[in-house]
Amino acid sequence: MLDDFMTRATLAGIGVAFAAAPLGCFVVWRRMAYFGDATAHAAILGVALSLTFQLSVFAGALAVALAMALTVTLLSGRGYAMDTLLGVLAHSALAFGLVAVSFLSGVRIDLMAYLFGDILAVSRSDLIVIWGGAALVVVLIAWRWSQLLTATLNEELAYASGFDPKREQLILTLCLAVTVAVAIKVVGVLLIAAMLIIPAAASRSLARSPESMALIAAVIGAFSTAAGLRAAYMFDTPAGPSIVCVAAILFACFSLLGWQTRRGA
Amino acid sequence: MTLITVENLSVRYGANTVLRHVDMTVEAGEIVTIVGPNGSGKTSLLRAIIGAAKPSAGLVSLKPGLKIGYVPQKLHIDPTLPISVERFMRLTDRVSGKQCEEALEVAGVSDLLKRQMSQLSGGQFQRVLLARALINRPDVLLLDEATQGLDQPGSAAFYRQIEEVRRETGSAILMISHELHVVMSASDRVICLNGHVCCEGSPAVVASAPEYRALFGTGTGGALALYRHDHDHDHDHCETSREAAE
Repeated sequence: MLDDFMTRATLAGIGVAFAAAPLGCFVVWRRMAYFGDATAHAAILGVALSLTFQLSVFAGALAVALAMALTVTLLSGRGYAMDTLLGVLAHSALAFGLVAVSFLSGVRIDLMAYLFGDILAVSRSDLIVIWGGAALVVVLIAWRWSQLLTATLNEELAYASGFDPKREQLILTLCLAVTVAVAIKVVGVLLIAAMLIIPAAASRSLARSPESMALIAAVIGAFSTAAGLRAAYMFDTPAGPSIVCVAAILFACFSLLGWQTRRGA
Repeated sequence: MTLITVENLSVRYGANTVLRHVDMTVEAGEIVTIVGPNGSGKTSLLRAIIGAAKPSAGLVSLKPGLKIGYVPQKLHIDPTLPISVERFMRLTDRVSGKQCEEALEVAGVSDLLKRQMSQLSGGQFQRVLLARALINRPDVLLLDEATQGLDQPGSAAFYRQIEEVRRETGSAILMISHELHVVMSASDRVICLNGHVCCEGSPAVVASAPEYRALFGTGTGGALALYRHDHDHDHDHCETSREAAE
């Protein structure tokens, strides 16, 4: 069954969608959208480094995404506003990454594959990495769910309940780095943030609880993957962007529906 | 029985010392109000008690096993986060539906269980926060300017509810307020804070203390008189204030 590249691509996309759904909800609730973007941009530097030192792309992207996320967490609240800091770090990392890639004369790299993903080229071992990473993220978030929610609502409330909100923030940061690293091959650097945010945002108008929002986001993400790949196959369009297009169309439909019902109510 | 003991506490943010050598206690069942101008370290004191701010010197000790109910100053729920009152109530503590309803009843909002948090008015929202803090039957309730954003009748009603809570549950209450004239009648003891403890004692004593008047002026004197009531006990630890009152 896994011999078929379309099946592998669909499974890879669904794996990413499952990890991105609950994480994306937190990204939306905590207004960290730009954070996801920045981490993803930095991952290009990771790709360049891993190609230079002949490591796996996953390991390189993960290391740089983690370093980036931790640096931002450490530097936040020390002078510059968060978005300024993210802008500086993300775009510098992306630029350094692109320059570093140009030095790799011996290797021929299709940079487009990392910017926009190459989901149709996903191998069996990629699938293992993607589903392993996705499972890690889902388990981590499920385990800390109540604490993460509390810390998202109010830091003092978290302290008063006896846990450290900074640790919860760190868990989210870690999950973000893992998701970016596994998703790089599937949707690419430029569209990772889209996979995080769009399904989560699309599920908002349908959800009545935080849990249902995460579940609906997972369904929307998985459906977008399947439908997007189908469309890409039929119309010969790029796969990653097609997936995001489907998610965006769903977002538009559900939002309109939400406005309609609210006006009716 | 002493629930919270703060000894010689100092808190620093960077080079900025916000609290210096603060001593205070909260006894079981009493209502203590902290008043002070903006930037006087009121919130930092509360943050130090719940462990959110690290003391740069001194000690905060809680009675072993002390259960704290915390009502934050402001709780912003992003409009993208769908959450019902019931789910919010059960966020941090494993509680039964019955406990949930009881806590809402004590806070005076038993009819809101199924509503979405985003649909509540300011006053309802604060009461739900209060109910959430009450749900695990705390020994002490901490309130950080819990009536911010409420109008005067709204906050007066809220503080009446607090007295009601103490009567029903017997929990101690430590609260921050800048509306001394509103909380006065509800407080057993008032601590006037401005980086350090300026003075403390019964509400009437603090209201007439020169340190308090230096901070807040005498403009609220008229309003204070309205709420003034007699206390049948005395406080020895407020020498200067008492002299001034006499």
